[in-house]
Amino acid sequence: MNLLTMFSYPFMQRALTAGVLVSLCCALLGVSLVLKRYSMIGDGLSHVSFGALAIAVALGLTPLYFSIPVVILSAFFLLRMASHPRWNNDAAIAVMSASALAVGILVISLTTGMTTDVDNYMFGSVLAMTSADVALSVALSAAVLVLFVLFYHKLFAVTFDENFSRATGLRVDWYNTLLSVLTALTIVLGMRMMGAMLISSLIIFPALTAMRLFRSFRGVVVCAGISATVCFCVGLTASFVLSTPVGASVVIVDLAAFLLSCLIAALRGR
Amino acid sequence: MEKRELLTCRDVSLGYEGHPVLEHLNLTVSSGDYLCVVGENGSGKSTLMRGLLGLLPPLSGAITQAPELKNGAIGYLPQQTRAQRDFPATVWEVVLSGYLNRRGIHFFYTSAQRSGALMNMGKLGILELKDHCYRDLSGGQQQRVLLARALCSASRLLILDEPITGLDPAAAQDLYKTLSYLNAQEGMAVVMVTHDLRSALRCARTVLHIGRSSWFYGTADDYLRSPEGRRFSEEGAQ
Repeated sequence: MNLLTMFSYPFMQRALTAGVLVSLCCALLGVSLVLKRYSMIGDGLSHVSFGALAIAVALGLTPLYFSIPVVILSAFFLLRMASHPRWNNDAAIAVMSASALAVGILVISLTTGMTTDVDNYMFGSVLAMTSADVALSVALSAAVLVLFVLFYHKLFAVTFDENFSRATGLRVDWYNTLLSVLTALTIVLGMRMMGAMLISSLIIFPALTAMRLFRSFRGVVVCAGISATVCFCVGLTASFVLSTPVGASVVIVDLAAFLLSCLIAALRGR
Repeated sequence: MEKRELLTCRDVSLGYEGHPVLEHLNLTVSSGDYLCVVGENGSGKSTLMRGLLGLLPPLSGAITQAPELKNGAIGYLPQQTRAQRDFPATVWEVVLSGYLNRRGIHFFYTSAQRSGALMNMGKLGILELKDHCYRDLSGGQQQRVLLARALCSASRLLILDEPITGLDPAAAQDLYKTLSYLNAQEGMAVVMVTHDLRSALRCARTVLHIGRSSWFYGTADDYLRSPEGRRFSEEGAQ
C-alpha cells in the first residue's frame, strides 16, 4: 500500500496536524516539568480531563469547552497543593487523579454506560479530531509555542533554581502558573487522540530521551521537540498501516526512541 | 570609601504561620561589610536569610533595603538542591540566568549582559568551563559557577547560604579566598551563613551568633571573647 494514500483521508490530515502540534507543545513543556520533578502532573491532569469529559457528555455540553476550564482550575489547585509545606506533591497528584477517574467512571455508568465513546476517551482515537478541534489545536499550540520562546530564559531560570530566581525578583509563582495552564491546555487537546491513559507519556518520554543525549538546556529542548515530532509521525503511520490504536502506537515508538538513546548514551560513556 | 547602609533590620521578628523563630533582631549590613551568621541547627539562620532576601515577610518590625538594592542588586548563593545535580545545562546558560530579574520586559539577553557574564566568569576562573555541562563539574567548580551567577545579579551585596557544604577543604579555602578578594577589591558586602566557624572567623569582620536563648552581634575579635565564642574556642582546642 502506498503510504501517501494515508494523507488522502481528511481525518488523517487532521490527526497529523493536531498531533504534531500537540506533541511539540508537550515535549517543550515536558522538559521543564520533568526537571522540576512534576512528571506526574500530566497524568493527574489527563485523568481530571477524563472526568470532566464524562460529566460534559452526561450534561450534553460540548466536551472541550467544559473540560478546558475544569482542567485549568485543577492545574492551579495542584500547584497550590504542591507548594504548600504540609502537603506532598506526588500524593496530591495521586489523590486527584484517582478521584477524577472514579468520578468519571461513576458518571458514565449512571448515564450512558461503557460505550465506544468512553473507550475512545480512555485510549484515544484517530477519528476523534473534528475540524473545529483542529482549528483550536492550531491556535492554542501557536500560543504555547510563542509564550515558550518568549519566556524561554525565564522558564530556564525558574526550573534550574527556584530560590535564586525568587531572591532576584522573578515572579516565580507567575511562571509556575503559566507552565501549568499551558500544560493543562495541551493535555485537553491531545487527550482526544492519545487517550487519557497515555497522553502523559508525550510529556515525559521526549524529555527523558533528550536528556540522555544532550548536556545543554537548549540542546535538550530542541532535541525533545524533534524527537516528539518524529515519533508522533512514525507512530501515526504505524497505526494506519497496522490498524492499531494511535495513542498506544505513538507511545511504543517513544519508548523505542528512549531505549535507543539510553543505548547511545551507554556506548558513548564507555 | 564611604559606608552606606544596604540592609537594615529594626526590631525584626521572623517566623512561620505566626510562630516566631527569631525575635527582636537589630542588624545593619553596610557596603563593604563581611558578616558571618553562625549558630546551631534550627536556630533560625536560614529563616534570617529568607527574611533578608525578602522571601519571608517579617512578623513584626521592618527590614529596609537601600534603594540601590531594589533593582535586584542582591546576589544569592543558595544551597544546592537535589534536582540540580542531574540538570542538563551548560555553565554559560547558568551564569547568564543571573541577569534575569524583575526589571523590564526583556525576553532575550543583551550583548552587554553577555560580556558581563564572560567578565564574571573570568573573575572566578571558570572561563574555560563555559561549554561544560554543569552536572559534570566538581563541587567546587559548581559553587564557582553559582557564584558567577550571583555576581551577574548583584554588584553590592552577596548572601551565601552554607556555601562550603560538600566541598573538600582545598575547594573551601579557594572559595574563602575568592570571597575575601571580592570583599576587599570590589567592595562587595558579604553575608554568609556557615558551620565552618574557624575559617569564617579568619575572614569575617562581624559575627552574628544565633543561639537558642542568647545571641551575639559584634566584631570577630569581640566574638572570641564573648561567652558564645569562648565555648567555640574551647571546643576547638580539644
